[in-house]
Amino acid sequence: MRFAVLVFPGTWSDWDCVHALEGLGQAAERVWHREGSLDGYDGVILPGGFSYGDHLRCGAIARFSPVMSALDRFAATGKPVFGSCNGFQILCEAGLLPGVLLRNASLQFRCQPQLLSVERTDTGFTSACSPGQVLQLPISHGEGQYFAEPSVLDELEEAGRVLFRYHGENPNGSLRDIAGVTNAAGNVLGMMPHPERASDALLGGVDGNTIWRSMIETWS
Amino acid sequence: MTAWSPPADAAPAVATDEVLAQIALSREEYALACEMLGRAPSDVELGMIGALWSEHCGYKHSRPLFRHFPTDGEQILTRLGEENAGAIDIGGGMVAVMKIESHNHPSAIEPYEGAATGVGGIVRDIFAMGAQPIALLDSLRFGPLDDPRNRRLCVGVVEGIGGYGNCLGIPTVGGELVIGESYSGNPLVNAMCLGIAPSGSLISATAGPPGTLLMIVGADTGRDGLHGATFASVELDESSAERRPAVQVGNPFLEKSLMDACVGLVREHRAWLEGLQDCGAAGITSSTVEMAERAGAGIRIQTQRVPRRESGMSPYEVMLSESQERMIAAVKPQHVDDVRSWFERWELHAEVIGEVTGDGIARVLDGEREVAAVPVLVMTSPPSYTPDAERDTSSAARAAFDPSTLPDLAPSDANDALLRLLASPNIASKRWVYRQYDHMVGTSTVVAPGSDASVLRIRGLQQGLAVCTDGPGRAVEVDPYAGAVRAVSEAARNVACTGARPAAVTDCLNFANPERPAIYHQLQESIKGMADACRAFGTPVVSGNASLYNESEDGPVTPTPVVGMLGIISDVRQAVRMAFQDEGDEVWLLGSGLEQEASSLGGSEYLQLQHGMSAGPIDVDLEAETRLVDALVELAEAGALKSAHDCSDGGLAVALAECAITGGVGLTVDADIVGRLDAALFGEAGARAIVSTPPGADLTRMGVKIGTVGGDRIQLGPIDVPLDEASEAWSQALAKLLAG
Repeated sequence: MRFAVLVFPGTWSDWDCVHALEGLGQAAERVWHREGSLDGYDGVILPGGFSYGDHLRCGAIARFSPVMSALDRFAATGKPVFGSCNGFQILCEAGLLPGVLLRNASLQFRCQPQLLSVERTDTGFTSACSPGQVLQLPISHGEGQYFAEPSVLDELEEAGRVLFRYHGENPNGSLRDIAGVTNAAGNVLGMMPHPERASDALLGGVDGNTIWRSMIETWS
Repeated sequence: MTAWSPPADAAPAVATDEVLAQIALSREEYALACEMLGRAPSDVELGMIGALWSEHCGYKHSRPLFRHFPTDGEQILTRLGEENAGAIDIGGGMVAVMKIESHNHPSAIEPYEGAATGVGGIVRDIFAMGAQPIALLDSLRFGPLDDPRNRRLCVGVVEGIGGYGNCLGIPTVGGELVIGESYSGNPLVNAMCLGIAPSGSLISATAGPPGTLLMIVGADTGRDGLHGATFASVELDESSAERRPAVQVGNPFLEKSLMDACVGLVREHRAWLEGLQDCGAAGITSSTVEMAERAGAGIRIQTQRVPRRESGMSPYEVMLSESQERMIAAVKPQHVDDVRSWFERWELHAEVIGEVTGDGIARVLDGEREVAAVPVLVMTSPPSYTPDAERDTSSAARAAFDPSTLPDLAPSDANDALLRLLASPNIASKRWVYRQYDHMVGTSTVVAPGSDASVLRIRGLQQGLAVCTDGPGRAVEVDPYAGAVRAVSEAARNVACTGARPAAVTDCLNFANPERPAIYHQLQESIKGMADACRAFGTPVVSGNASLYNESEDGPVTPTPVVGMLGIISDVRQAVRMAFQDEGDEVWLLGSGLEQEASSLGGSEYLQLQHGMSAGPIDVDLEAETRLVDALVELAEAGALKSAHDCSDGGLAVALAECAITGGVGLTVDADIVGRLDAALFGEAGARAIVSTPPGADLTRMGVKIGTVGGDRIQLGPIDVPLDEASEAWSQALAKLLAG
């Protein structure tokens, strides 16, 4: 597959995502936020970071970048869009995913390995996981507390759109332990943890690869 | 002596006591400046001279001592003090660049912004050389945490480091947190940054030949941070809070863009530039004057061209503002438009503010008016001082204290003593701190914070880099020379425990007022001790910073030279960690037997905690230290080690407990303890490390086998503690203390 890894001013997981995908034999190119087109790509990654320094609100300024209109069109084609950390925040701000990410309940930044339970394995992002699998992925954020109205949360759960929940400790106070959700069509995923940081055995874990492999299996 | 022509349009300043106090220039220094100029300086000139002659910029008391340091080596690519940071050839076509710097005084007044801008400053020093920053470390000292003021400082500093560093995408991989009485009201905040670059791609902080244009890029200039260099060069007192305007406010997002733009510019279009420099202490003044000095040139700065965020700023304010996130690029005239549009891609504004001239004079213009015309050499030739040095009698008396006069620890108290030590903030887990720092971004952190040193890989290279900081202030206070030897030895041991060979040192010298003989003695002896140790390990000092005048109403701080050590691992896949791994592995003590002399308790955490004393001899043995480092590196390279951890704070018992706790598995020491119990368990004799190996390995040439990994208890002589209990004490202590 050929992935576009979007780069906003302040993005910092862009290279990490490129390396993780290249490690699995995929093509990945960093695409500057001023680009107006995502034609020719098979998948889009919105990496972590502090786009525009989190000024105003996390992701609130990035959503106005030119590439975001192209992203709307891209998502509508059904091809995969994956956002992690700040990428998740941007997808929520842009309305591609429901809910918002609030300041961690601890009021502190948290960077640590985190256990996640995989809620279902019949989706494009989790097909390479085994049922009931618990993944260990790093988190690194100050504003990862997932919040939405109870009715929205009910709807997400009923539709099976919650793909990941925090397992054991809930590190940020997310409602219903939600760590990752998809859009209704199932081709846009946002999650706070960083699979690209668990894609190399030298760094102590490769659980992130199950997410990349799922996407590659499903959409290539 | 001929007089230098005065600036065309400015009268001499009236140098009242108040004016001189504001820039921390003594009456004698003012007279010297007048003599060198052959006339009285104008007020802009006086401000510029004052800033560059401040202790912070001019190193008046420390520079004469730096000649003791070994600074050369085959791998060393820079001369100490000549560039923004030191550069080391690490092989494989890559160089490492590193430096450590203090931000103590700003953090005392405004902990969040003080610490944040400390991180910003050190990162700019690295990318000013064209290197990509890849790791940050922070060495912190605070007063006792039962005082809410110290808790506020600690929490604020940690948040500031995280708030700034996390935004940059540079992992914060290590450092220290030490609590001591003397740091109350005068915390130490030292930030270290490590960067990498392909060989031959670094850029110098020079101005280039006459005709080169100077561009400022990044933040607009405001009144923030005026006299920051001065503020860093005087003691803190009751009025220090009024100095809050001297503390700058950081914008990490701007810094991130500036970093990406500058690193990219140097990588891709180095030919457009003559040099690159960051605006640190004393702002545009020090950056442009230092660039001119390196080029043997003069400069002409037009202050009205400097983009500002406030109206009505005087040329004095523009020249001395310490607004953050600004860089000065020396640009070849034909490439000014190229450079401007390069920065526009990152939404950064680059503006020509001056040019390089051939007359050796730094001229400042305010529109048509020339308000300063000082020879560059006058500003870069501050006086240097070698005050009287005399050992503090109380420190000498404390060093002479004989710990064998104390009663030994009763075997029945050994469990409690271990648990108390594990819960001491100086020994307890620092996870409360480092989980607030992104230590993984960049996906190169092979050994994360919490081991002896952190290890980073470099993509495409087999070699890895190990980094740590060490500054055993208490030992330095008792015996400045030996304590400083210990600082370097501990740092060398720490990187060697990961399997890295020590390669180079950057140092941050945190001392009190050097004009007092006792303090100057500490400074002088510490530098000699570090220098001798660096020579023994073959680790030249490549960069550093001196932070003097660290005192508050409560008195001077403990002398704290902090050593930042870089080590090189030949194969990063073989990096060794502290944690025990598997049941049945055998535990070895390298460097000595179990028995220890009472003297090993000198300056120890045990003596402080159990007897409330900071005293006793500081034993050091550089030959034994280098032998241990060689052994550790050799064993790691042979793949013989499953874990390694040095014995330092808390001695053997704490080191073993830490290996067990982090590994989640217990251990049993079956060797007998003879001699004094307190010394064997908690003595801090150097040149020792704990390693574990698969069963059957023979390390008798280097140490003694003392026990076996396994079970769920820590069993060592009279100590028998459940692993859970030890783990709880060690893991929770810091969070509990900070909760008040």
